[in-house]
Amino acid sequence: MTDIKVTPLGAGQDVGRSCILLQMGGKNIMLDCGMHMGYNDERRFPDFSYIADGNLTESLDCVIISHFHLDHCGALPFMTEMVGYSGPIYMTHPTKAIAPILLEDMRKVAVERKGETNFFTSAHIKDCMKKVIAVTLHQTVQVDSEIEIKAYYAGHVLGAAMFHVKVGNQSVVYTGDYNMTPDRHLGAAWIDKCRPNILISESTYATTIRDSKRCRERDFLKKVHDCVDRGGKVLIPVFALGRAQELCILLETYWDRMNLKAPIYFAVGLTEKANNYYKMFITWTNQKIRKTFVQRNMFDFKHIRPFDKSYADTPGPMVVFATPGMLHAGLSLQLFKKWAPNENNMLIMPGYCVSGTVGAKVLSGAKKVETENRQVIEVKMSVQYMSFSAHADAKGIMQLIQYCEPQNVLLVHGEGVKMEFLKQKIQQEYGIDCYMPANGESAYIPCKPVVPVDVSLSLLKKEMALYDTVGAPDPKRPCRMHGVLVMKDNVLRLMEPEKAFGELGLNRHAIRFTSCLQLRLPGSASRAMDQIQLILNSQNTNYPVKPSEEGVLNLESVSIKMESTDKEDRKSMMISWALQDEDLATWIMSSLRQVIV
Amino acid sequence: MKIYSLGANPNKPCNILNFKGVSLMLDCGLDINSALHFLPLPLVASKRLSNLPNWIPKDAQDAALLDGELKECENRVLVDGPIEILPPQSDIFDICDVDTILLSNHACMLALPFITEETGFKGRVYATEPTLQIGRLYMEELVNYLERTPKSQRANRWKQVIQSLPPPLSGALRPNDWKKVYSTKAINAALAKVRMVGFNEKIDICGALTVMAVSSGYSLGSCNWIIHSGYEKIAYVSASSTLTTHPRPMDQVALRNADLLILTALTQTPVANPDSMLGEFCMAVASTLRSGGSCLVPCHPSGLLYDLFECLSVHLDNIGLSQIPLFFFSPVAETSLAYSNIFAEWLSSGKQSKVYLPEEPFPHAHLIKNGRLKHFPSLHAEGFTNEYRQPCVVFCGHPSLRFGNVVHFIELWGNHSNHSIVFVEPDFPYLEALAPYQPLTMKIVHCPIDTSLSFTQANKLIRDLKPGNLLVPDVYLHPPVSAPLRSDLVIQELDPPALGMKSYQVLQLPIKRKQEKVHLDPALASRLEPIQFKTGLSASTLTGKLDARDNKFTLKVLNEEEGGTLYSAAERMLPRHPWGSVDTTQLLHLLSQHGLLDARVEDTPRGVVIHLPREDTVIQLEGSNTHVYCHDEALRRTLRDILLQCLPCL
Repeated sequence: MTDIKVTPLGAGQDVGRSCILLQMGGKNIMLDCGMHMGYNDERRFPDFSYIADGNLTESLDCVIISHFHLDHCGALPFMTEMVGYSGPIYMTHPTKAIAPILLEDMRKVAVERKGETNFFTSAHIKDCMKKVIAVTLHQTVQVDSEIEIKAYYAGHVLGAAMFHVKVGNQSVVYTGDYNMTPDRHLGAAWIDKCRPNILISESTYATTIRDSKRCRERDFLKKVHDCVDRGGKVLIPVFALGRAQELCILLETYWDRMNLKAPIYFAVGLTEKANNYYKMFITWTNQKIRKTFVQRNMFDFKHIRPFDKSYADTPGPMVVFATPGMLHAGLSLQLFKKWAPNENNMLIMPGYCVSGTVGAKVLSGAKKVETENRQVIEVKMSVQYMSFSAHADAKGIMQLIQYCEPQNVLLVHGEGVKMEFLKQKIQQEYGIDCYMPANGESAYIPCKPVVPVDVSLSLLKKEMALYDTVGAPDPKRPCRMHGVLVMKDNVLRLMEPEKAFGELGLNRHAIRFTSCLQLRLPGSASRAMDQIQLILNSQNTNYPVKPSEEGVLNLESVSIKMESTDKEDRKSMMISWALQDEDLATWIMSSLRQVIV
Repeated sequence: MKIYSLGANPNKPCNILNFKGVSLMLDCGLDINSALHFLPLPLVASKRLSNLPNWIPKDAQDAALLDGELKECENRVLVDGPIEILPPQSDIFDICDVDTILLSNHACMLALPFITEETGFKGRVYATEPTLQIGRLYMEELVNYLERTPKSQRANRWKQVIQSLPPPLSGALRPNDWKKVYSTKAINAALAKVRMVGFNEKIDICGALTVMAVSSGYSLGSCNWIIHSGYEKIAYVSASSTLTTHPRPMDQVALRNADLLILTALTQTPVANPDSMLGEFCMAVASTLRSGGSCLVPCHPSGLLYDLFECLSVHLDNIGLSQIPLFFFSPVAETSLAYSNIFAEWLSSGKQSKVYLPEEPFPHAHLIKNGRLKHFPSLHAEGFTNEYRQPCVVFCGHPSLRFGNVVHFIELWGNHSNHSIVFVEPDFPYLEALAPYQPLTMKIVHCPIDTSLSFTQANKLIRDLKPGNLLVPDVYLHPPVSAPLRSDLVIQELDPPALGMKSYQVLQLPIKRKQEKVHLDPALASRLEPIQFKTGLSASTLTGKLDARDNKFTLKVLNEEEGGTLYSAAERMLPRHPWGSVDTTQLLHLLSQHGLLDARVEDTPRGVVIHLPREDTVIQLEGSNTHVYCHDEALRRTLRDILLQCLPCL
């Protein structure tokens, strides 16, 4: 019951189709609901039948979407509208704004270009988005009486978030995709020391420690510049939102500085609209852009103009940003087909490509690529892979572990071999368990529950006072606490024994002892008592013995009384105490015997 | 638990709550009403103002002392000097000891630089992002206005003869504590200390408390605060609104069932209904424009202003006056309008849904695009003279009418009866604000709009929230000075009675903590051997090592070698807690088993006494009390163990 079970339905030792089923404290939570770009068959979507046959509403408590990339939200309309799920779905405001646009784009490509049937419709997307509850960063959202979620900034793309999911005393952090270094338009991911039981982290760049960002940028600009200088065409396949905006800012400033004239096109009808989202969600961008947005909006581009299809055959140099980013369909694929046979041209792949896509084939060095209708394209243009995709590298992943101090790490969204490497590293460096389940495989992570107990303040204060009377507590000396733990209707309360008996409806049985102690002490009876007080207090400064009326010394329930004295300075003492102070009385008697007899 | 009041204006609150050893400053409001005692500061020298006669006191000595520091205008005495403000007064609490400042909205934080930069404050400040940004705009505007019109000589001498001055100046509150406004540098330093929070974000304060901002519906990012100790809940409700305007609606559910509800910043215009006032505002502006006059609307650079733009533009459209230009002057005008468009997450759902299209959430973005609304940092800004045409509507600050562009416009339009000045901001009494400009020919319209809770709304809210105790500024327990017969304009009687908080006083609050949270380490939890008494009720003794870190407590296994506390040298035993009563027969049987055969039982009125004459030992049994008189330590221990055998123990 205390195990947390994590089952990737996608992204288990794989990149693409992120969809992870999290089961803890009797709750079922789905983390992301992505599609796989490399497949055109049913493998494209996660296998929801693992959760339930048919409608999922009964079997799932909530769905959380980390960001708007389709490999994280692409299967959502399919799941909610075609499989059936009407429970709550959570994502950030920018994700809620942008995801439906990307879904619609993909739907068009799939249905209108590839002629697929049995795909979700525009109406499905709209209905699906109606079920979405938008959340803001750091807001604690109470899903039901037990599930609590909280979003953290993840960098990566506009509105990307990591989620801390808490059920009872157990919690999990799911990162989605994240980036630990700030880039041109986004900040770095951040999380506090929330100490989850498990950190589920992406591991796209599990083995890479990327070189400095500035070098990569310089490299990118030089390659583009060289190609344009020799009259070539540069094709940069991107997703409409995200990396595209960062590269646009980069090229825009470079063109300005170098006074270049070659046209830059952004080949998607979305440009202006996309930039509008950035303008209105400026609070999600990095510090610099937020600071200057009133004077100058970074997303108003001077050099970058919208692309028209007729430009594809225009001679002369140009730079074109085209969607989609993995060359699997749409305009980027069309332009690729057209420009690939010319060695003057250049293809810059700024992001990761899932296996199976044209992009992935080209990147792996294929000189001949077959596309969907058996057409074979000869690739003569130069192909450059530039890792701009904002994922955390190995260093970043380790850093995040350090930030949130999880008890276990579970890796998803990466290649198995690379994960294995990172797993070793995590286990070595932090000494914590690391899991990497494959798709459909469940990881059971045992969790030691820390039990919360309500302690009565009077008991706590008493114990603390004993411990901390001299001001600064001594770290070497443990503060002992003793009480009775009463468990009533699953509520645990720690209290003083007297109170506990009241609570339990029992009559406490008081046992008292009285003993006689013979001591040899000079002087009168009162002088002897003073001396005893002095002896006891000198041995323990923070537990003073107090004299009461009639020369009786008191300490907790222990009382010391002079009974008689004779001429040979023999004093007869009566010492009396209750059972619960047995050790205190024993200590007093032995101290007195040691010093005096 | 105690609360300290540092200010006198319930709408610009500044209080310190002391709870669980943590000191929380609740808001940091700045009362600018002292400005009304000063002469306005015009941008260009005003002949009329500089020609005002000196006020002549009865006492000639006073006159010599004052040396023209006080001027007279239409029987009102005003101070001629740089404007001074009364910051929160901390003579009853050392600000160094404040751990955290919680800010509710932009209007309740303007004293922050005084607190963080001039007192040795070392703590943290929390506010939402819009509160921080809009608060910054208010501070920057204030400083900009005052620095633009510097007056070199401080006017201090009048304070020495304050008793002999005529009212209202004689009643000025603590004039010797008045200060000049802070600098831009101080603003930046103060705001750099602010940490941004989201609504419903739980924030840990010194490990002892959790605080959370919840929407208050008053302005962009405005919030109320929930302060939680894990057991006790305190709700601090500052300016809140249940009306539908542009911000996110007020979250009332989160405020329910608090042990203490602190309620402040209710409406400043209890007799005016904001909806009908908004209507009157539109009508008044329209009627002035129709007769060819222009309208001057003194206002703050954010908040209500956005609603005024929206309502007025629609009204003007409806009556065919769409061509009338709207001018908005403020050094922070551009920033204010730009920010209003990027705080989608803090807006009402209607406005928020526009962002998904994506369209600007406020209609004023559209008004700017089509040129109907024009904004300038000041009158001298480039381009204004080309755009200026009348009739028009001018929105500008400062609503106190003592500084800012508004001073210029009153001087300019004051003598024309076809123009009008329309008061909407509720912060300042309008007649006092106008005092230095009298006599005035332009039309004066007063339609104050305060969206904060009215007394009716507040009383309803209190009934819904059912707080254990209620704390309000003392003035809310009596009818307002302006309407002494309106006994409905008070917080109604409650059980227990509402507590009244008086200015600059300390109040002990009747909240008693009883419990604290401790976490049991799994290793310790697994060692427990609870005794079950009935289903759902069991108990066990528990001894552990208490680990206190950052005010969080954990109980761990106490290792033997770590010893005890002071008895480390002595024999250690885990305390046991017997209950019930001793069965004499069983006891005698056990005694004889231990070789104690000479036991003699004697009945007493309250029980039984067992004598062991050979051992000089007596055991007294009286119901649930047992007393053993024994002087042989070894025997005593045996007897102890025998007794515990006869009794069930925890």
